[in-house]
Amino acid sequence: MIEAEQLSWSYGRAPVLDAVSLAAPHGRVLGLVGPNGSGKTTLLRLLHGALTSPTGTVTVDGDELRALAPREAARRLAVVVQEAGGESALTVAEMVLLGRGPHLSTFRRTRPEDHAIAARALATVGATHLAGRSFAGLSGGERQRVLIARALTQQATHLLLDEPTNHLDIRYQHEVLGLVAELAHDLHTTTVVVLHDLNLAARYCDDVVLLGGGGVVASGAVEDVLAPEVLEPVYGIGVERVEAGGRLHLLFHPRPREDLRA
Amino acid sequence: MLDTATAPRSSEGEDAVDPLGLDAGRRRATAWTLGLLAALVATVVAGVGVGAVPVPAGTVARVVGHHLLGWPGEPTWSAPVDAIVWQVRLPRVLLGALVGAGLAVCGVALQAMVRNVLADPYLLGVNSGASSGAAAAILFGVGAGFAEHALQVMAFLGALAASLLVFLVARSAGRVTSVRLLLAGVAVGYALYALTSFLIFASGSAEGARSVMFWLLGSLALAQWDTPLAVVAVVVLGTVALLTLWGRRLDTLAIGDETAHTLGVRPERFRLQALVVVALCVGVVVAASGSIGFVGLVVPHLARRAVGGRHVRVVVVAALMGAVLLVWADVLARTLFAPQELPIGIITSLVGAPFLLVLIRRLHATTA
Repeated sequence: MIEAEQLSWSYGRAPVLDAVSLAAPHGRVLGLVGPNGSGKTTLLRLLHGALTSPTGTVTVDGDELRALAPREAARRLAVVVQEAGGESALTVAEMVLLGRGPHLSTFRRTRPEDHAIAARALATVGATHLAGRSFAGLSGGERQRVLIARALTQQATHLLLDEPTNHLDIRYQHEVLGLVAELAHDLHTTTVVVLHDLNLAARYCDDVVLLGGGGVVASGAVEDVLAPEVLEPVYGIGVERVEAGGRLHLLFHPRPREDLRA
Repeated sequence: MLDTATAPRSSEGEDAVDPLGLDAGRRRATAWTLGLLAALVATVVAGVGVGAVPVPAGTVARVVGHHLLGWPGEPTWSAPVDAIVWQVRLPRVLLGALVGAGLAVCGVALQAMVRNVLADPYLLGVNSGASSGAAAAILFGVGAGFAEHALQVMAFLGALAASLLVFLVARSAGRVTSVRLLLAGVAVGYALYALTSFLIFASGSAEGARSVMFWLLGSLALAQWDTPLAVVAVVVLGTVALLTLWGRRLDTLAIGDETAHTLGVRPERFRLQALVVVALCVGVVVAASGSIGFVGLVVPHLARRAVGGRHVRVVVVAALMGAVLLVWADVLARTLFAPQELPIGIITSLVGAPFLLVLIRRLHATTA
């Protein structure tokens, strides 16, 4: 459970987020969506402490994040960031094993049980065959899966992901988010995921926070937030919602809203 | 928490002894470490033996054994040979090994910290600061209170002042970013280079200018069994131990600040700690030997090529490689034009520059 209250952030004089509050409960996938520059990634960074809001608080299972030691925080929150690491000289196995770092003291080497945990994580994301490869030599999609495996190796109770489907083929976009949703529902992992594809959010998130204009425009269950009348003013594009196969789909019409309503 | 559900559907790899295929890398690292240790021992013996008066390896071993262990008890060699081996060459070879190791591991740490494969230990302006200090000591007798160690003490103080200046310029709101550090190092380096040149100009002494120049190019000729050698040994070995312990943290920092943060490392604080350690180590090394180029730039690449990217391995292997390479460079420096001694920096630059050119070509090929 992550609870954030009254978070703000500005880059220089330009405010990005102002007094944003949200709650991410156990066992559900919370999507952060919004147009470019609406502060999705900034909000995620505030939630895992890479940035510290000058106002408000973030609590993780009731403990204030700021008060947690860095390694303790990393045992509770696993994060998949967008930072590439494409120049790294590590192999995939070594990259994934770094996820055990928060569990090991400075003097401790990784043990066989750590290797087993990392191997299971690689198997989960379907990347066992990559273990011996150089991380820098992987394709974007392969890297993304390896970074998710590293996050799983942290065995944290909270999983935060920043655009995890970037660089991925459609099939892997669905595989990765399917996996994320499965982990949340089966293991009650608290999951927060930044997505810019609203249809992926519609399919895999339970709740959605829609950001725009420096704050939360709407938040709640997917069906309530991903509605044309909510989305159109934020994105400035015509939105049509259809239901097919028992699921919600969004179609976008690049026309002025007036035309659409007419 | 997650491991129950992340169990693989098939039993493949689950009960394997080495599910990640890590054994090959481990064996490789062990082989390199043991091989380099053997090479270092051989290098020290050979380095002591080679010179105007050649001393056979067996004699070198006996002289060292006699002094260290009291065995063999009765010298079967002449007093001059004893003096050459024990008083002249061994401290010099040991200093060379320590300087090489120190420069190499500091290069490894800095390349990880600023995530730039072209970073080297002199990035912090340490060598230019040391040069100014040394020039002040040589040309104007500054620091005469430190008697025979005035040169080393002044060089070290200069190095310390320079790295402090670089910190202060690079630091803002408690953070040191890679780019700012690189630029601050370059700027401070140029300023102090100008200061050194001005000191040479102002002294008007051709002889003094020549000694400063010789010092700038690096030399191990000052080595003897004295306090500076002990200080270099303690600082370099301590730095190697510390950086090895920090291996995992360096791994995360080399990927990126945000990654380090998500894996439980405070990137800004850790970078500051590591910078202080590196500045001290390079300062001590430069004060003892002058500025010897390219070792700290080239060896980290050789080490990563040999054992991969994990810093716990890279640091150890780089230390051994740096030690071996620098002792051989010094052997060349004192034998090539004997009895004239060549500044060792000329040798390392002659060997290092082509390597750097190859590296630059490669960088271009991968990013273009």
